[in-house]
Amino acid sequence: MRALFPISMLVLASMLVLAAPVARAIEATELLDDPVLEARARDISKGLRCLVCQNESIDDSDADLARDLRRIVRERLVAGDSNEAVRRFIVARYGDFVLLNPPFKASTYALWLGPLALLLLAGAGTAIHLRRRRAAADPTATPLSDDERRRLANILGDSQGRA
Amino acid sequence: MIPEIGHFALILALLVALVQGTVPMIGAARGDGAWMALARPASLAQLACVGIAFAALMYSFVVSDFSVALVAENSHSAKPMLYKVTGLWGNHEGSLLLWVLILALFGAAVALFGRNLPAPLKARVLSVQAWIAVGFLAFLLFTSNPFLRLDPAPFEGRSLNPLLQDPGLAFHPPFLYLGYVGFSIALSFAVAALIEGRVDAAWARWVRPWTLAAWLFLTLGIAMGSWWAYYELGWGGFWFWDPVENASFMPWLAGTALLHSAIVTEKRDTLKSWTILLAIIAFSLSLLGTFLVRSGVLTSVHAFATDPARGVFILLLLVIAVGGSLTLYGLRAPKLKSGGLFAPISREGGLVLNNLLLTVGCATVLIGTLYPLALDMFGAGKVSVGPPFFNRAFGPIILAAVAVAALGPMLPWKRADLAAVLARLKFALVAAVVAVVAVWLATGGASPLPALGMGLAAWLFAAALVELGGRLKLFRAPLADSWNRARNLPRSAYGTTIAHAALAIVVAGVIGSQAWQTEVIVLMRPGDTVDVAGYDFTLVGVSDVTGPNYTARRGRFTVTREGRPVTVMSPEKRFYPVQGMPTTEAAIHSTWIADLYAVIGEPAEGGGWSVRLYYNPLVPWIWFGAVMMALGGVVSLSDRRLRIGAPVRRRRRPAVAVPRTA
Repeated sequence: MRALFPISMLVLASMLVLAAPVARAIEATELLDDPVLEARARDISKGLRCLVCQNESIDDSDADLARDLRRIVRERLVAGDSNEAVRRFIVARYGDFVLLNPPFKASTYALWLGPLALLLLAGAGTAIHLRRRRAAADPTATPLSDDERRRLANILGDSQGRA
Repeated sequence: MIPEIGHFALILALLVALVQGTVPMIGAARGDGAWMALARPASLAQLACVGIAFAALMYSFVVSDFSVALVAENSHSAKPMLYKVTGLWGNHEGSLLLWVLILALFGAAVALFGRNLPAPLKARVLSVQAWIAVGFLAFLLFTSNPFLRLDPAPFEGRSLNPLLQDPGLAFHPPFLYLGYVGFSIALSFAVAALIEGRVDAAWARWVRPWTLAAWLFLTLGIAMGSWWAYYELGWGGFWFWDPVENASFMPWLAGTALLHSAIVTEKRDTLKSWTILLAIIAFSLSLLGTFLVRSGVLTSVHAFATDPARGVFILLLLVIAVGGSLTLYGLRAPKLKSGGLFAPISREGGLVLNNLLLTVGCATVLIGTLYPLALDMFGAGKVSVGPPFFNRAFGPIILAAVAVAALGPMLPWKRADLAAVLARLKFALVAAVVAVVAVWLATGGASPLPALGMGLAAWLFAAALVELGGRLKLFRAPLADSWNRARNLPRSAYGTTIAHAALAIVVAGVIGSQAWQTEVIVLMRPGDTVDVAGYDFTLVGVSDVTGPNYTARRGRFTVTREGRPVTVMSPEKRFYPVQGMPTTEAAIHSTWIADLYAVIGEPAEGGGWSVRLYYNPLVPWIWFGAVMMALGGVVSLSDRRLRIGAPVRRRRRPAVAVPRTA
């Protein structure tokens, strides 16, 4: 519970009256002896959410559930699963909710593409708005079209001819 | 008796706010000076009433009056005095009372220091401020009364959450609220201007110091929160992209954009309606943050329904405030005339780009924060949006803003020559390239991304110095001449330099902490030595200690480097018996360019203790940079123009009579 809402100060105070699971973030006793497997376990753990916490990975969390997940990840790795297989194993049990990095699929298109779309839209909108404003306030800001230029040349030529 | 006085004062405050919200507003519409003048005493009376209520609650906490339900739930007689005091805002009701107190404080400050504001504008600003107060005072009184009594009173209180019994967290809320609530002034000014239908350079000059003050408090508040997370959560992280953090970060982003767009409105009399909109957005996001945190909607969409009174009330406040302001904006903004024109490459253009990037960045955080809630609400499944999303989606946007921040201050107004500006930035470019190469080589040519990030930080830092040097004509004019220029340069110019250089330092700190942290998790017995990034940590022993209201296990490490002693570190694991809760107190030794960080864990079955040791390079720069950024705000705020307030609004009629050409 300690790290349920990390920075949230008083804010949490009202919510923090929840129960407090007494375990802590990853401990030396949980580590695997094989450093390569352990490094893979840490890599996987960083992307898995402690389900009862706010945006905390299971590595950083104190919750009992996080500890269980850390153990499951290591058990699967020792059993010979690939990183991807371990993730699939966990997602199959807990759903996409367990992934801190949301998968790219129909229900998250708006999430992943939204910022880029906003940037493009806002950028284009700003550019158009500023251009219009300049054009409206200062007619010389819009260059003459070729056709207009030809007509202007004609008129000027005419007047010069007559003068 | 005392709590009842507080309760009564709170009711009086609501009544005063109702008067303050109507009479001066009507007076301004009718041009009635006496009615408008009521705003000033009313704001002061409101501060007095809320102040009395706050003092009454404070008294109840200090003397541990457990007949007050709030005190019984959040305090304990054995708690240190500091935490008895700060326990006041370590809960829902008390923190809202603090919110309202700060709101009244800002209103009274405008009433007192805004002497040169035109009477109608001042009356309207204070009236709008009172509307916000009405909303929150009603919320307090009807759903979250802090003065409710218990009968019979318990003998002992349930004490404050041990997590909140920490100096960092104790002062974090007031600063955060000074920021959040400070933006209400920007909103009040915006709404008042919309009602008046007039926004000019003078308006922007009046609104800027308030925005600046709110922004610098928010900067400090956020930094304090992340500092707390860093030393208290015990694994060296400082930012989680947690919805509650995002709730404070979004107003900061919008407020930063507002600060910059207000410069354009002040100096060039343009971008007016955009500045107004940003003022509305900044405070709306503060309200949204309050809603997210206070309604319980974050824990789960369904938790919201379990305590509907509070959640619905805040949601209603949010809808009325945001919807009302935006409707008014939609009606009035098109009538605001825009002033000066500018080419795309110009100071204005740079500030527009700054605003574009900051607001899109802000929107990205908003999407990431609300997406899981929205998806859940529509029954489309549950997802988590964690740090990987924010790093990928928000990171590039903010880094682009950092790159542009180097150029912006060097661009002249109206029309600029980009090639000339880049030529002046040769030095910064060289600094950036040197930084990239040096970092890349020093880190053994691993991933190039962190090296590029450090290059970006060096680019911004060097550009800030080059810009200041250019203003002083350093090395191009005699030194005495530069000295004179340095003395005459407006403080706000120094503020810009300091804040931009500080941003570069923060960026470097964030990248360093992400890219090069060394972590060792290991079982140690007393006498064991472990090497962490060149530092030798020796566990001397583990002992039990007793604090005022906790017991603790304290580890003792001596740290040496190449045989020379560096420091002694004593991390603790505390246990608070009243709540049955443990907390981690990491030991941190900062060398200015890196932190050594030690955490003591659980005893192992076969003897020894599980410990976590970290070497966190550049991490101290994050908070150093944040404080420096706020300092830039302070320096800017002390600028003569802002300090004395704005000059009198330019007369509509020219002073010299001009013969009429009929």
